[in-house]
Parts: sequence; C-alpha cells; structure tokens
Amino acid sequence: MASREEIMAKVSELIGPFNNKGVELKEDTTFQGDLEWDSLTVMDFVAAVEDEYDIIITMNMQAEIENIGQLSSAVAKLMDD
Amino acid sequence: MLNLFQHLMKTSPVDGGPEPKAIGDKQVQDDDGITEMTDLLSKFDPLIQERETLLLTGVKDPYALVMEEVKSPTVAICNGKETILLGTYNYMGMTFDDDVREAGVRALEEFGSGTTGSRVLNGTYSGHKECEEALKEFYDMDHAMVFSTGYQANLGIISTLAGKGDYVILDIDSHASIYDGCAMGNAEIVAFRHNDVEALEKRLKRLPEDAGKLVVLEGVYSMLGDVAPLKEMIRICKENGAMTLVDEAHSMGFIGDNGRGVVEAQGVIDDVDFIIGTFSKSVGTVGGFCVSNHPKFEILRLACRPYVFTASLPPSVVATAATSIRKLMHSGNKRAHLWENSKKLHQGLRDLGFEIGTPEAQSAIIAVIMPDMERGAMMWQALLEEGLYVNLARPPATPANMTLLRCSLCAEHTSEQVDQILGMFEAAGKAVGAI
Ligand SMILES: Cc1ncc(COP(=O)(O)O)c(C=O)c1O
Repeated sequence: MASREEIMAKVSELIGPFNNKGVELKEDTTFQGDLEWDSLTVMDFVAAVEDEYDIIITMNMQAEIENIGQLSSAVAKLMDD
Repeated sequence: MLNLFQHLMKTSPVDGGPEPKAIGDKQVQDDDGITEMTDLLSKFDPLIQERETLLLTGVKDPYALVMEEVKSPTVAICNGKETILLGTYNYMGMTFDDDVREAGVRALEEFGSGTTGSRVLNGTYSGHKECEEALKEFYDMDHAMVFSTGYQANLGIISTLAGKGDYVILDIDSHASIYDGCAMGNAEIVAFRHNDVEALEKRLKRLPEDAGKLVVLEGVYSMLGDVAPLKEMIRICKENGAMTLVDEAHSMGFIGDNGRGVVEAQGVIDDVDFIIGTFSKSVGTVGGFCVSNHPKFEILRLACRPYVFTASLPPSVVATAATSIRKLMHSGNKRAHLWENSKKLHQGLRDLGFEIGTPEAQSAIIAVIMPDMERGAMMWQALLEEGLYVNLARPPATPANMTLLRCSLCAEHTSEQVDQILGMFEAAGKAVGAI
C-alpha cells in the first residue's frame, strides 16, 4: 500500500508532462490558479492518475479538490476504501 | 477547484468568476447601522469586460441578432437584408410545411392558446396523447413522454433515473442540459474523454459491480457535428451492466433509414434503454421527449419533477409536432437531399481552405474552426453582411476552447443556395484574412 508521501511523489511525477510553465510543485500548488490548466488538461491529468492507481475520481470529488495535497489525500483515501 | 465541474456550469461563460469574498468583508455596516448590500452581479464583471472589449473592436454583438421577418426555413430578413439561414438546426425544414401549419392553426382555434397546467393535472389534452402516439410510432417503441423542452427532458430523466449512490457516466463534451441534469440529481458523476470507447470501458469496469449505472451519450455532438461510435459503446455498456440513454437531438428525422437517429444507423436502437429528443430541431417547433421500451417507464410521469412542476406545451405546438413527426416518417427523399447538401458544403469549404471539425460530413452540422474569438466574430459579421447567418460558438460551450462558425444545413436549401453560401464564405474569408 502506497503511503501519502509516495502518492504525493507519484502525483507530482504525473503532473510533469502537463507542467508547461515549470511551476514548482508543493502541497498547496493549485491546478487552476498556479498550473493554469484548462478543463481538457485537467481531464487528461485526472485520467493519468486514475489509470496509475486503477481508481475513479468522480466529478463530485474533483469539485472539492483545489491543490496537489488535497488530491494526494483523496487518492490515499480511495486506495484505503 | 480542480474545475472539471466548470462543465456543469457551462451556461456561465465566465471561468469560475471571482473568488468569493471572505465572510468578514461581506457585510459592511454603515454608521447608521444599515448593512450594505453585496452586488450579486459583480461576479459577471469579467464577462462584461470581455464583451465590451470585443464590441470595441467594431464587431456587432453576435448574440443580439434580430430576425425581422422569416420568409421560409432558409431565408429571413436581418438588419433589413435578405439573409440565407445556415445556423438554425431546422434540418428538415418543417417550420413552414403547409400541413404542419394547418394543424397548428386548427388546434389553436379548437383548443385555445394554452393549457395553463401541468401534464399531471389539467395540462394533458388529446393533442398531447396524440403527439406521444406519433412518437411511439416514429420510434416503434412502447412509451413516450413529452416535456416542455428537450432541455427539461434531459434535466428530468437524468436526475430522476440516477439517484444517490448511482453513477452517471458521460462524455466530457456533453450538452449543457445533460450536465445540468447531473447537477440536479444526487448521483456520482464520471466523465470520459470525448468518443473514447476504451476510456468508457475502463471507467465502467472500475465502478462497483452492484451500483446503478446510467451511461449518457449523444448520437451527434452539436459542436463539431461528429457522430459517436454507439455500436461499440452500447455493447460495452451492456457487458458492464449499465443502462444507456442516447440524446438524438441532432439526428432525429435525418440519420437512419427511418430518421430514428444514429442508434438506428448503427443498428443498436433495440439495445438502448432511453432515447431523448427535441422538437426544436428537425420537428420544427418546441418541446422535448423521452421514448423507451422499459416496462416501468410510465411511473416517471409521477416522479420526474421537470415534467410535473411546469405547464404543458400549448395545443397548437403539440399539434404541429405530431403532424411533423408523422411526415418525417416518410421523408426519405428529403433525407437524401440533406445528405447531398451537407457533403457538398463540407467539401466546398475544405476546398476553399477552411478547417472543418470532422474529416467528412457526418451529420448536417458542418463546423468551421476559427483561429480565435476575435477573428471568429469578424468572420461571423462579414458573413452576415454578405447575407448569411451561421452560429458563432465559443468557449466554454465548445470543446478544447475552440471558436467555431457552426453551419447547419436544411433539407430545404437548394443546391444553388449551397453554391451561393460557398461564394459568401470565400468573399468573407478573404476579407478578414481567414483563408
Ligand atoms: C444535444 C442536445 N440536447 C438537448 C437540447 C435541448 O433541446 P431544446 O431546445 O428542446 O431545449 C439541445 C439543443 O439545444 C441539444 O443540442
């Protein structure tokens, strides 16, 4: 079972190809504000995370997620369930 | 917000709007103890700004056009000028059909101007039942439910079918009414990449086996005019225990041997659970519907709030709809002509050097991709000055933030009109430097 730190590291790795502006990635880096992603990029990135962990992050959950830390926690929780 | 949910609010053209103020600044008390009001409309300031910037460049407001006179399904007077209509979704040109108009006039005289009531109270007249009979015959299905608009049909059916603990799985490019139906219900929402069969299958396989699942698809996607691979998708849904709903708003009357839509053309009409449609396109009036063979379908009339808590369609409208639907059953020649028109326009625009949303004509929607909003608006206006109306579509309603000049053909366009249209595109395109 992956730890929260491992998930966070993996998530940051998956952000790589979409991080066109080379933004420094921290817990509180936001997808919309800092990374400036549009909805298509968000969808591709979410699909990459979902495929990595074989999970589904519903739009209902996505609506509550603003930054990398929150996403990592959500993934950790989905893995636990 | 990760902001995929911005799609749920596609009707708001502003990206998220400003951050809400902290609770602390929200209420400012004056000396006299009166709390100052927070202007709820200030969240639209970015949109107001964007609009003003666009209008300053000298283009007319593309969303404020008035049709002063309508001569036929294909010609109107706009700004005093005779204009060819190429963006009305009036695919089969039924709006001026003699039988259709006569039925409407007769119903208006015999049943009055409106029902003033809900379908489940005083708002079901014989005309509403007759209209549902026409739909059942048109689709060869057991049940039909007529709503006041197609928007409400999606809103009502999706939110009522999928409840708490259920899942709605939808294409990311779904129509606003589908997203709004999801937002109105309590189900979990899962989106997949546009028309991606594998992405749909992966997601279905990851969902709990015993959960209720509704997959919502469209036959023709209205932004680019592309068709969905329904054959594969419906098979995968079946294999994974999901019910299916297909919105055939842009294919009814035109696609499929009997005009029943992409589900018919791809041979899966018997495998889908629900078809949603509208009267506001091929049928040529206003209204929406859902047809189904599900044995328990009729109970939705009592459970579906957008069906119950709104007034039914006026008698003249259901009379025109029923007459039009019955005529559409026997419109093979018109369908063939509409295909010819669509293919001719698609090829002609490509030959002129325009970029089109699909590699070939897949429906009666031909979407011309413009490089940006400003040139899109300039081109739209240049076309209007030439005497051609098309639909200007912009983000966030469009996929991938594209600006589109959406053309929708009509079976009543003559081949000569299509030639004229191509001439206008050439002149306007050169004038604004788009080709
Ligand atoms: C795919 C789709 N579904 C539903 C609707 C809503 O139809 P109506 O105009 O009847 O509300 C539309 C039309 O805008 C549409 O394009």
